[in-house]
Amino acid sequence: MGGRLGFIAQRLVKAVFVILGIIVLNFLLIRLAPGDPALVLAGEAGAADPKFVDDLRREFGLDLPLWRQLLIYMQGILSFDLGFSYRQKQPILDLILARLPQTILLTGTALTFAIVVGVSLGAMAARHVGSWWDSAITTLALLVYAMPQFWLGLMLVLLFSVQLGWLPTFGMNTINSGFAGLEHALDVGRHLILPSLTLGLFFMAVYARLTRASMLEVADLDFVRTGRAKGLPEGRIQRRYILRNALLPVVTYAGLQAGYLVGGSILIETVFAWPGIGRLAFEAVLVRDYNLLLGIFIVASVLVIAFNLLTDILYTVVDPRIEMGT
Amino acid sequence: METALLDVEGLVVSLPAGAERLHAVDGISFTLARNEILCIVGESGSGKSMTAHAIMGLLPQPQVRATGGRILYQGEDLLAAAPARLRALRGNKLGMIFQEPMTALHPIMRVEAQIAEVIQHHAPMDRAALKARVTELLLAVGLPDPERLRRSWPHRLSGGQRQRVMIAMALALGPDILVADEPTTALDVTTQAQILALIRQIQAERQMGVLLITHDFGVVAEVADRVAVMQHGRIVEIGPVAQILENPLHDYTRSLIAAVPRLLAAPRPPSADAPVVLETERVCKTFRQRSWIPGRGTEVAAVKNVSLALHRGETVGLVGESGSGKSTFARCVVRLLETDGGAIRLHGTNIAKLGRRALRPHRQRIQMVFQDPYASLNPRRRVGDIIAAGPLAHGVPRAEADRRTHELLALVGLDDRAAGRYPHEFSGGQRQRIGLARALAMQPEILVADEPVSALDVSVQAQVLALLADVRARFNLAMLFITHDLRVAAQVCDRVAVMYRGEIVELRPTAELFADPRHPYVRDLLAAVPGRRWLPAVGT
Amino acid sequence: MDFLRRFARNKGAVVGAVVLACVVLLALAAPLIFPETPWEIVGPPFRKPGEMGFLLGTDTLGRDVAAGIAHGARVTLLLSLVSTAVALSIGVVLGAVAGYHGGWVDDVVMRFTEFFQTIPNFILLVVLVAIFTPSITSIVVAIGIVSWPPLARIVRGEFLTLRSREFVQAAHVLGQSSPRIIFGEILPNALSPVIVSASLMVATAVLLESALSFLGLGDPNLMSWGYMIGASRTVIRHAWWISCFPGVAIALTVLALNLVGEGLSDAMNPRLARKARA
Repeated sequence: MGGRLGFIAQRLVKAVFVILGIIVLNFLLIRLAPGDPALVLAGEAGAADPKFVDDLRREFGLDLPLWRQLLIYMQGILSFDLGFSYRQKQPILDLILARLPQTILLTGTALTFAIVVGVSLGAMAARHVGSWWDSAITTLALLVYAMPQFWLGLMLVLLFSVQLGWLPTFGMNTINSGFAGLEHALDVGRHLILPSLTLGLFFMAVYARLTRASMLEVADLDFVRTGRAKGLPEGRIQRRYILRNALLPVVTYAGLQAGYLVGGSILIETVFAWPGIGRLAFEAVLVRDYNLLLGIFIVASVLVIAFNLLTDILYTVVDPRIEMGT
Repeated sequence: METALLDVEGLVVSLPAGAERLHAVDGISFTLARNEILCIVGESGSGKSMTAHAIMGLLPQPQVRATGGRILYQGEDLLAAAPARLRALRGNKLGMIFQEPMTALHPIMRVEAQIAEVIQHHAPMDRAALKARVTELLLAVGLPDPERLRRSWPHRLSGGQRQRVMIAMALALGPDILVADEPTTALDVTTQAQILALIRQIQAERQMGVLLITHDFGVVAEVADRVAVMQHGRIVEIGPVAQILENPLHDYTRSLIAAVPRLLAAPRPPSADAPVVLETERVCKTFRQRSWIPGRGTEVAAVKNVSLALHRGETVGLVGESGSGKSTFARCVVRLLETDGGAIRLHGTNIAKLGRRALRPHRQRIQMVFQDPYASLNPRRRVGDIIAAGPLAHGVPRAEADRRTHELLALVGLDDRAAGRYPHEFSGGQRQRIGLARALAMQPEILVADEPVSALDVSVQAQVLALLADVRARFNLAMLFITHDLRVAAQVCDRVAVMYRGEIVELRPTAELFADPRHPYVRDLLAAVPGRRWLPAVGT
Repeated sequence: MDFLRRFARNKGAVVGAVVLACVVLLALAAPLIFPETPWEIVGPPFRKPGEMGFLLGTDTLGRDVAAGIAHGARVTLLLSLVSTAVALSIGVVLGAVAGYHGGWVDDVVMRFTEFFQTIPNFILLVVLVAIFTPSITSIVVAIGIVSWPPLARIVRGEFLTLRSREFVQAAHVLGQSSPRIIFGEILPNALSPVIVSASLMVATAVLLESALSFLGLGDPNLMSWGYMIGASRTVIRHAWWISCFPGVAIALTVLALNLVGEGLSDAMNPRLARKARA
């Protein structure tokens, strides 16, 4: 038990260090960027109000030595102050928090879809390796894996919205519909299908490939032969012996993939005009609102780290060997 | 005479196209009676393990399949049986245990669940009865504290404990037949003795038929009632154990038995008057697992105050079980590992703390031969380059290095053309010869041999040991010979040091030590050697 | 030649190699087939594929989509190859140093690698390119910076295992020098996974580069596939071909690279390949 708690404690400490590292990285990026850091923070050079730029200078102590500046910057962020967006005339944290739930809804749906469908397909391919099923699933995964997500999204829009007219093209709900309650939820659901499918398909391919490879590897291990020597039926061998052990690397990988998922949401939310932080990041890029962009980077990183921590904890539950050290 | 429990008739197991030969098992027939232990003995590639897997229906299909013959279990042909029928028999009437206990258990299922699973599948019972049955089984295989052990994860258990759990699982439903595929090969000698005794005991109690696959004639002598000798997929000889061991009829059996080292050390002239070439004094090595969380680091003292002297022309054996520190000590001596304390003197110069540069001139005096013939040669270099690399690194001119290479290839019994080939074109024994040539190319005075024959079949082992003896005499080499095999130590060493938990517990001339061990651990170790009362006839 | 035979046995890999060769050929021949710049307005806008001799139609301003794709191939391939080279040099050096030295060096390098692997790499990429203003250099360096960690891990893992292999220990006992051991004994045996992951990294770089251009973060002077899709996505209802064909080009290139990568992997590890297909 001690080993398990120790493992989690170790991961927590690591997470704290990563967050500190990201803050330092952000700080360095602002300093290394070409031009006056104050102007970088304020947005596009020259466009900002001189008084605001002066305020920024004072707030970040830009005339103080570098390490003092770093301390001030850290202090600000650790007290949940991500600064002010000159472009949007709002505190950055407020802007992000207003968009965060939509992104979590989108990425959460996409991840659930990807894991459930991806693992099932991978398991099916591995069980019937070399069969027609296996080739079909492997080919599908390979194709999806090669398509740029933003393009796949556009093509799905072309098919399901423009040609077939089944699903809405963009946004999160029908404008001026006045839907409420269940109707509203269903409307959001309809809008959610295409973006989450687009985002999820790529990761589905990843999980399908990973599950298949992992299962084939586990199937060759000695303890699977022991299971057969016990006379257990093939279904039980596949599920309790092979799949259960093959899923361990998939859990780890899901944690590592969280970053890609959030990154992908920039593209998907841009394609579908989904009002999340990815779309916000795109808007920030358009108007060169770097302070907002960096704020999104920090929040997204914290999200990913939290998700990683979650998968680590999940791992200690499913794999007792964790106490032996990693 | 009662009908046989198991009757194998003309069994053929086919290998996939492109394999070295057509059949792994080529038409073998034998019977297994109730209440006997039949050992199938053979070298690697003889098809003995395939035979065991074929009986259990566990061949890696579809590549490897039984394509001929019958396997009759109480008159029922297992090769013709439906998969469901086979599953009903496996784990129930036919139990099996495997070579690698470390990997044979489900890694994330508790011991109790793994044993209970097989009972629940074949003969469901209620929870209380199940629990009682599991406890009873754990006690029957000699596992202490079954209450705690039931709840354990496999990774918490030692190799011996895991093999006991495997046996408990195989015994769960009182099988008629137990198939044991090299059940003790991965275990230390003392654990091996216990597991063999356990198999013998439960076999007698339950009147089972046991089919035991092994490469080790010591194991055969220890437990077998009858023996079948396999070579190239065929049974060359089968009969009662006494007949096969003492009076073998077939040439192959004779040559195999002749290759088994005798557990009897001939007295040798003391070499104490020859000069000391290597001396270690209180050498220590501790492994530290660091952690950046204070207090979570661990330390293991692998070698503790080991002192010994090696005279010119003398072979000192370093014997011990896994984890005794013998290999770690050998790696300290050749400076592959840094020592934490003590001195290593080569002709009086302490090399323990020399820097890389200062060490270089001493390097060539002390060379090493490694255990694994497949890992010890760089797969991407030609044999000639491998052998010449050492001399070239020490400034020997190319022509001279090549000349040495050719001489040494001849000396270790390899064709001159071997120099232009890559390691994968050679067999395990040939690779060990190449490894030896690489070490000799440096013209060393001391050879450290780390389990040089333990990965080899017994007949190849005998050849490599003979070559080592020849080389040692020719160059008057001092040799530090690390082995876990007491039979090999008895044949090769002038003196033997027994290591236990990082320390030398006894160091004496071989014949004395084998005749009259003083330390209790050494006594246990000698008593555990399988077939220790059997002295194989000296080869003809 | 054994290697080529094994590679040729994998049909997918051969198809991939052929497709890849076509893309490279297209990139090389682009200035010959379409001598004018791809930005040139050559006809009326919104011509459908095939109309007025435009094989793939014209875009919103009347530029030739086919010319854009041909010239885009140059840009995409060049940027992906160079950024992979950047990632390779960072990853191999860090991985080799960590794996060969072990101990605290390994600890420090691996913590650093983990850090870069944890942070959302596409967002970091966007931040880097946006802040340092989009240009060939910033794009190439930024893609390199976000892509090296997996490679460093692979190289480190190979070095760690090879370091304790007996033939490397033998080299130490023979008194060979460190550089000789690293370059003569370890690296040749660690090369095949590096080559395989390099080919897969080029594929990822193609995707990253096109995603950047799609978001408007490409080099404004270069015609690229991602830019073509991004610039025409708002008119997709009326002119599907402008965004469709560049996407097909990206998908084909990435697919080809992945297939070649898998083929290399199979050909270099025949034992593993057989297992995976068995």
